[in-house]
Amino acid sequence: MNADLMTWRDELALRCERIGREVRIMEVCGTHTVAAFRSGIRSMLPDNLRLISGPGCPVCVTAQRHIDAAIELATLPNVIVATYGDMVRVPGQSGSLERQRANGADVRVVTSASRALSLARKYPDSEIVFLGVGFETTAPATAVTIMDAHRSGIRNFSVLISHKLVIPAMSALLSHGDVPIDGFLCPGHVSVIIGSEAYGPIASRFGKPCVVGGFEPEQMLKALVFLVRQIERGEARIENVYPAVVSGSGNAAAMEILQEVFVSADTPWRSLGVIPSSGFELAPAYRDFDALRRFNIAVGDDVDNPACRCGDVILGRIEPPACELFDNGCTPLSPIGPCMVSSEGTCAAWHKYHKRATATGALS
Amino acid sequence: MSAIQTQPEGAVTSVSSQSSNRVLLAHGGGGELTGGLIADHIVSVLRNNHLAALNDSAVLPWTDRNVVFTTDSYVVTPLEFPGGDIGRLSVAGTVNDLAVMGAEPVALSLGLIIEEGLPFETLDRIIESIRRTANQADVSIVTGDTKVIERRAGDGLMINTAGVGRLLEGANIDLARVVPGDAVIVSGTLADHGLTIMSIRDGIEFDTTLQSDAAPLNEMIHKLVDSGVDIKFMRDATRGGVAGVLADISERRGISIEVDESRIPIKPGAQYAADMLGLDPLTIANEGKILCIVAMQDTETACDVMRRCPEGRHAAVIGRMTDEEPPLVELITTAGGRRIVQRPYGEELPRIC
Repeated sequence: MNADLMTWRDELALRCERIGREVRIMEVCGTHTVAAFRSGIRSMLPDNLRLISGPGCPVCVTAQRHIDAAIELATLPNVIVATYGDMVRVPGQSGSLERQRANGADVRVVTSASRALSLARKYPDSEIVFLGVGFETTAPATAVTIMDAHRSGIRNFSVLISHKLVIPAMSALLSHGDVPIDGFLCPGHVSVIIGSEAYGPIASRFGKPCVVGGFEPEQMLKALVFLVRQIERGEARIENVYPAVVSGSGNAAAMEILQEVFVSADTPWRSLGVIPSSGFELAPAYRDFDALRRFNIAVGDDVDNPACRCGDVILGRIEPPACELFDNGCTPLSPIGPCMVSSEGTCAAWHKYHKRATATGALS
Repeated sequence: MSAIQTQPEGAVTSVSSQSSNRVLLAHGGGGELTGGLIADHIVSVLRNNHLAALNDSAVLPWTDRNVVFTTDSYVVTPLEFPGGDIGRLSVAGTVNDLAVMGAEPVALSLGLIIEEGLPFETLDRIIESIRRTANQADVSIVTGDTKVIERRAGDGLMINTAGVGRLLEGANIDLARVVPGDAVIVSGTLADHGLTIMSIRDGIEFDTTLQSDAAPLNEMIHKLVDSGVDIKFMRDATRGGVAGVLADISERRGISIEVDESRIPIKPGAQYAADMLGLDPLTIANEGKILCIVAMQDTETACDVMRRCPEGRHAAVIGRMTDEEPPLVELITTAGGRRIVQRPYGEELPRIC
């Protein structure tokens, strides 16, 4: 362990001990969730510091109705669905894209929206539908690609828009009232786009400290220390401990592109319901690229398994083992809830990296 | 990449101008064309007395040592990739499956399932690669079969190889002999093959200098056995990666394994690519790496022997067996934390950001 890590770890332990009660910090970003597990950071935290995984895993918060629409699109003749890898296994009401692929649907994994547009250029006689999921990190890439398709007159490309915004989700979460959170570890990637000042309302209106952190172990521990310092002093400010990458005002060019292509929309979140102005739809000039319009697909409702507690997991009300389906019908091999699907999902990450602790009953 | 894959679907090509350069369904019909395909494109390259006889089976002389027997099928898209091709994979993979059981490979069979339309140029390159890899492994292709099927996914070629080998004197590969305190050694850098394949897949492609590590490892393993190192267990860490092998050992033997992340050999380019795709290098496929379990006192000799071989230059001790309960594979991370290592659930897919 390097000296920086030890210093941050020791200060974290000291301050949590002085606070003397359970400290609940939500990491909003799925990448933080995975990084915390993968680097073993979770095993180094003080016993009374609880790291809660918030609504930051793009796959987990994609509404079931959007998965169903994606599956319906995949069954149409001559349609190639292009998607980020982790969407392939998410269960909708009837199966998943993975199952549709086995039934003959053409589902391709791509690493970016622009790769999906390349498919459209490569297969001019097929219709390419890209699944636009993710937060402010992936939304600008989708927007740029749509602008590119528009400019190039590419007619066989469309997008199922399911992008989400982080700040409205955090606000909605805090407005629920019954989610005790002491502070937020704010997502480094999203903050590159929106800027650290975007968390202003969370700090001022809801009185929660917000610290923007990177993804290396020492960066995460440092961000946690800065949070716990504020919590100990009863402060609620925005701090940016990832300044090499994140600025206060964000990436103006990316924000402009978002405003050019999208307009804000009330958006359904898996297990959280519809949150006002928490997502996008295409601006009128780009509506031709809306896959739902092009193929006349109606979006239905979410019909979740009543025993599935993904919503409570995302809100930080419970940890995964408290769900009766966890490892008992819902596993990464046959996921019931979305949190078990993505490698960023809280339940999947928990299942993958945390077994001894649960097996020995070390976690409640 | 073969012409089959780069040709847009639905494109019309002139049959007459293309067909003479491509395998036709008729090449699998058992007539003149089949004879020509086998004689001119396969037997003449892989030339040996067994094949030249064109019998239905090869008759092999044997000793009183046990026969070791294995089979494996190979499908990969694209057929050719940096560092190898399906031909090299199909020889190295089966040779390695024999070698990790402590066997000296003797002979392989070669079953080709060709999709009509495969360019003969591609087929010839792959058969030549099979010849070179078999030479490198000092093993003969003694019997084979060729089928031609209608065009399906357009990948062009599937290969099955089976192999027989003789158990080496002194080899005693037996998971039941693995006990707490034994060491885990890997023979080199991890994840090179899987990441190389991903780097050239449609929709995922990225620039990298990585190459597949596909290679026969029997010579290195032979030297390891001859050195007197007590190899208790050995496996080539292919699909599922090192994580898959470790999980198998832990589950089947009911033993815990502690792996030290800072000792895992990995190329910076591979680590970067895995991070970018959101994948764990431990779960990514290798085609030229073994993981072996040896008694702790043998680790130095084992690493020395491997490092003297080109395929084992970066061999390293990465962990040890422990008696912790319940039996799990745990990683001590470079950050100093701990986490569980599990085999991947299925196909490893790049995640969102």
